[in-house]
Amino acid sequence: MTDAPLLDVENLWVKFRTRTGVFDAVRGISFTLGKERLGIVGESGSGKSMTGRAVLRLIRPPGSIEADRLNVHGEDILSLPEKRMRKLRGGRVSMIMQDPKFSLNPVMTVGQQLVEALRAHEKVSRSEAQKRALEVLDEVAIRDPERVYDLYPHEVSGGMGQRIMIAMMLLPNPEILIADEPTSALDVSVQLQVLDIIDKLVRDRGMGLMFISHDLNLVAKFCDRIVIMYAGRIVETCKASELRNAQHPYTLGLLNSVPDLEHPRDHLEVLKRDPAWREAPSVSARQ
Amino acid sequence: MSAVTVKSLNVWFGVGADRSYAVRDVNFDVADGESFGLVGESGSGKSTILRAIAGLVPTWSGDMTVAGETLGPKRSKSFYSKVQMVFQDPYASLHPRQTVDRVLSEAMTLHGVQNIDTRIGKLLDDVGLGPGFRFRYPHQLSGGQRQRVAIARALACDPSILLLDEPTSALDVSVQAEILNLLVDLRREHKLTYIMVSHDLGVVGHLCERIGVMKEGRFEEVLTVEDMRRSQAKSPYTKHLLESSINSIR
Repeated sequence: MTDAPLLDVENLWVKFRTRTGVFDAVRGISFTLGKERLGIVGESGSGKSMTGRAVLRLIRPPGSIEADRLNVHGEDILSLPEKRMRKLRGGRVSMIMQDPKFSLNPVMTVGQQLVEALRAHEKVSRSEAQKRALEVLDEVAIRDPERVYDLYPHEVSGGMGQRIMIAMMLLPNPEILIADEPTSALDVSVQLQVLDIIDKLVRDRGMGLMFISHDLNLVAKFCDRIVIMYAGRIVETCKASELRNAQHPYTLGLLNSVPDLEHPRDHLEVLKRDPAWREAPSVSARQ
Repeated sequence: MSAVTVKSLNVWFGVGADRSYAVRDVNFDVADGESFGLVGESGSGKSTILRAIAGLVPTWSGDMTVAGETLGPKRSKSFYSKVQMVFQDPYASLHPRQTVDRVLSEAMTLHGVQNIDTRIGKLLDDVGLGPGFRFRYPHQLSGGQRQRVAIARALACDPSILLLDEPTSALDVSVQAEILNLLVDLRREHKLTYIMVSHDLGVVGHLCERIGVMKEGRFEEVLTVEDMRRSQAKSPYTKHLLESSINSIR
């Protein structure tokens, strides 16, 4: 990569102060994100979602973020005032959440939400915003955008809700898209559609994508580069095409524990967790 | 002998003009000791079939025979000692203020099981939880451990048929593998019959021998897992489903 990375993270920690001491959710990870599709994989509790949230400074007290460097396009996230941060969130960096049911406003129509999202970041007239909202709905493969524009979130299906959320995140033309398990709440057949849409948009607009998921095979198919997290640290990083040559027992365990339709086995492999993995230093995923 | 026979089953919700059919004219047989899978998208009616068998949906018509017993509007007590259900979300299906011990012993008391104390120890062993878990509350357990407790609860009255409603979809892949292995082992040891609902063809293919593919409340087709592996589906919808799930895993 020749130009400076969109996102530059070095030695990121996310800490939660609890009654029994400090709990480290993310423990000193480093990575960069260019105009590429970076997959972050791990089990529940591995710190992958926290990493995504830390980039947007979306961690509330008692949680805190520490890092040697946390730059988005040259701006230091950790020292920005909250007002500037609000411009950045959704403007230059957007996040697609896991479940459309909980992330859309239930008492606003789809159209109102889209217009609000756009007008929060750009000075555009209401009619212009409406036109752009309809265009973006069309772009995420929603048939009949005029009808959907006037619907409330409970009146659309899960797959459509997720597409609406993607549309909303894309409206202000972000440079970085963080997708936190964008398809886990969806059916397999709809999953592929949504992924294709994200893929096409990321390609067409030249964005950087951070794709957070627990599904290693899905990520391997969809991303360029993969980061595998365990217990708040990066245990391995590789090109998606070279995943088959992965070395770390945790990565292999994740790969082999998935039931495979074409190669049936009597017993699936079960992960045997080695306490040494937890203590091993984090691998850097900088490029 | 077939463990479960379902003939021209219809299930509907709503009254009068609002009546909408969730399941329409479904027929299938599950042999003793067989494992039958139901797959389809959300809203295709696959869970509704399980709920109708378990007696959780009163509005159905058709003929259902389970373990030799013809089902009427109400289920008998002996029905529930033969048929038990495991639900999708282990976070929601256990009482948050009851210990594992209490959950299991209540199920056994209801079915008049003797030697509850020794049975609980054995049940926890069966599902791979040691005796140390006996007096824990659900919030002290991980998702996989909770699902093991839910399976133990279903096995408490020694049923012969288990209805599994997406038993692993709320779990991580690594934990899913543990639960699937457990279900395979339990089935062999206790000679259980399974009817399992899932939207993941890989999971169904691992556990079941025959699969009913559902679309909009109807059976699109019934095929064996062998046929599915060889991609010998007849209906275009099954082909589409197969393609998308094979694409998504590689």
